[in-house]
Amino acid sequence: MVYPLAPAGDVQPAVEAVDLVKVFAKGNVRALDGVSLRVEAGTVLGLLGPNGAGKTTAVRILSTILTPDGGRAAVLGHDVVREADVVRQLIGLAGQYATVDENLTGRENLRMVGRLSHLPKGQTLEQADALLEQFGLAEAANRPLKTYSGGMRRRIDLAAALVSRPPILFLDEPTTGLDPQSRQDLWLVIEELVRVGTTVLLTTQYLEEADRLAHRVAVVDHGRVIAEGTPAELKADLGATVIEITLADPPSASAAAALLGNRDGKAPTLDGATVELTVEDGPRVAAEVLRALDQHQLTVVGLALREPSLDDVFLSLTGHRAEAERTGSTDDPEADRRALAPARGGR
Amino acid sequence: MNTTATLTPDRTIRQPPTGGRLRWAVADALTVTWRNLINYTRIPDAIFFSSIQPIMFVLLFRYVFGGAIHVPGTTYVNYLIAGVYVQTVMFGAVSTSVGLAEDLHKGLIERFRALPMARSAVLAGRTTADLVRNVGVLLLITAVGYLVGFRVQTNAVEFVAGLLLVLLFAYGLSWGFAIIGLSASNSETAQLAAFPVLFPLTFASSAFVPVTSMPGWLQAFAVHQPVSQLVDAMRQLMLGGHSAYWSSSNVWQALAWAVGLLVVLAPLAVLRYRRAA
Ligand SMILES: Nc1ncnc2c1ncn2[C@@H]1O[C@H](COP(=O)(O)OP(=O)(O)OP(=O)(O)O)[C@@H](O)[C@H]1O
Ligand SMILES: [Mg+2]
Repeated sequence: MVYPLAPAGDVQPAVEAVDLVKVFAKGNVRALDGVSLRVEAGTVLGLLGPNGAGKTTAVRILSTILTPDGGRAAVLGHDVVREADVVRQLIGLAGQYATVDENLTGRENLRMVGRLSHLPKGQTLEQADALLEQFGLAEAANRPLKTYSGGMRRRIDLAAALVSRPPILFLDEPTTGLDPQSRQDLWLVIEELVRVGTTVLLTTQYLEEADRLAHRVAVVDHGRVIAEGTPAELKADLGATVIEITLADPPSASAAAALLGNRDGKAPTLDGATVELTVEDGPRVAAEVLRALDQHQLTVVGLALREPSLDDVFLSLTGHRAEAERTGSTDDPEADRRALAPARGGR
Repeated sequence: MNTTATLTPDRTIRQPPTGGRLRWAVADALTVTWRNLINYTRIPDAIFFSSIQPIMFVLLFRYVFGGAIHVPGTTYVNYLIAGVYVQTVMFGAVSTSVGLAEDLHKGLIERFRALPMARSAVLAGRTTADLVRNVGVLLLITAVGYLVGFRVQTNAVEFVAGLLLVLLFAYGLSWGFAIIGLSASNSETAQLAAFPVLFPLTFASSAFVPVTSMPGWLQAFAVHQPVSQLVDAMRQLMLGGHSAYWSSSNVWQALAWAVGLLVVLAPLAVLRYRRAA
């Protein structure tokens, strides 16, 4: 899809964060360690990072829920600490930890949010009904949320963030746990919101999601932004081609990785029986690699050359793959520790 | 349907009208109250069981212990009702803790914090909803009491004043239980944390038996603690004076306790709420 450019002359960023620091005394965690972000009006910034990277913490500061211990942030030029009341009128939040009331119906929830946003009464009623219609929830409008499916819950969560038609939208992992169809549906809604001028800051662990929706991506790890750019730039930085060589079994793959050594200054990566090389000149290296493996009696069962994905970017930056689902089991014990960190509110 | 109008951003920043900040705060508190009251009605079994409990207390104490406990100057059922009123609103305050702990841990408060609503609304709305529920509970106990022989000995004005006193006391107490709810790590702990406060206060009191039947060391506590003051104040207002057990001084002391609880606990709860994030 094609997004319109930001209106000419609108030089002020929609969201700006400078050197944000947040330390949680409990657990002595430096959740944010100098994060700077900038989202231009009318664009989507994808915040990408592994579990515990600090994505939710950044969103909570930007949406005035937490106050930073250092640095500053502003939404449409309004400081999130000093002018929190103004910022709250400009933002919508749908998040990992922010929900609506399970015992209220969809319609009651949207009306509650409208009233608490001090919208004129007529506008609240109209907007609630229009959103229910738009999100395919008209039939379920009078049922308590307890009876909603996971996909319907996400849609009502997003609808609740849109009652006041906020120009800035924060979405914290909006599609985690959804099936592919529901994810597609939600992506379409987000694209529509951007088309009509909404600025979106979205956190995700799905690289595909960032690739599809985000104009720019910031990769966060250990409370720092370790890379920033358009998805294309990030991929280009990585090198031209990824060679995937599949061997008979993982031990052969390790042997192959050791044999091949560094190429263009990058070590091969191992994933089961597959070895991946990121190189400048794919076809030439591929031929060379096949000859070398053949000489050492390592049987190649599969070979693929492809453009690098954001997943590859992520891997080369953070040293591990993005975890799509929180399985709690990664090869990285530190990532596990972070994944097991206490849920929000457990302080 | 016009999709675009529903989603098009609106950059309007609403300023409160003069004196409107307070009006917004009141409106927000009422919205949250409304939401909490709807929550009660959506869990009908909770309403059923929380109504059963005071009814059982009236019936059990009236018929099981009533024969064994003698209170000079009045019948046991007349004596008992004040105790059931107070015991029920005391234990009912646990729902303030549990409700707030749930809102906090399920993420509703997280959402509220990103809305331009008054910061006071979550607590004010919760305690007001519990006040409304207490009105219903007191009326229910009165009705059941009347069926089993309870009769007001004074007049309607004093009786209503007594009920208002109990409601005020319960309202102040709700703010204290709000602190427990905001501090507990989940709603189950919130419930468990409340009981060590509730049991001694409610049962080591004049709620169900005259304190003169207790050992001396316990009497000293039982006579002076606020629950006894409140129960005896209620008796003074429902049954009149002429008793060695209660007098109008109980009414003033209970009123002082009720106001004191509110004045001290409400600001503490607000402080705790600010920090619970
Ligand atoms: N309220 C809190 N108290 C203590 N530590 C916290 C709190 N909130 C977050 N943390 C810690 O701060 C770090 C960053 O957490 P955050 O939730 O921002 O990560 P995230 O990138 O959103 O992770 P995920 O992908 O799992 O949602 C983690 O180590 C986490 O344990
Ligand atoms: Mg998160």
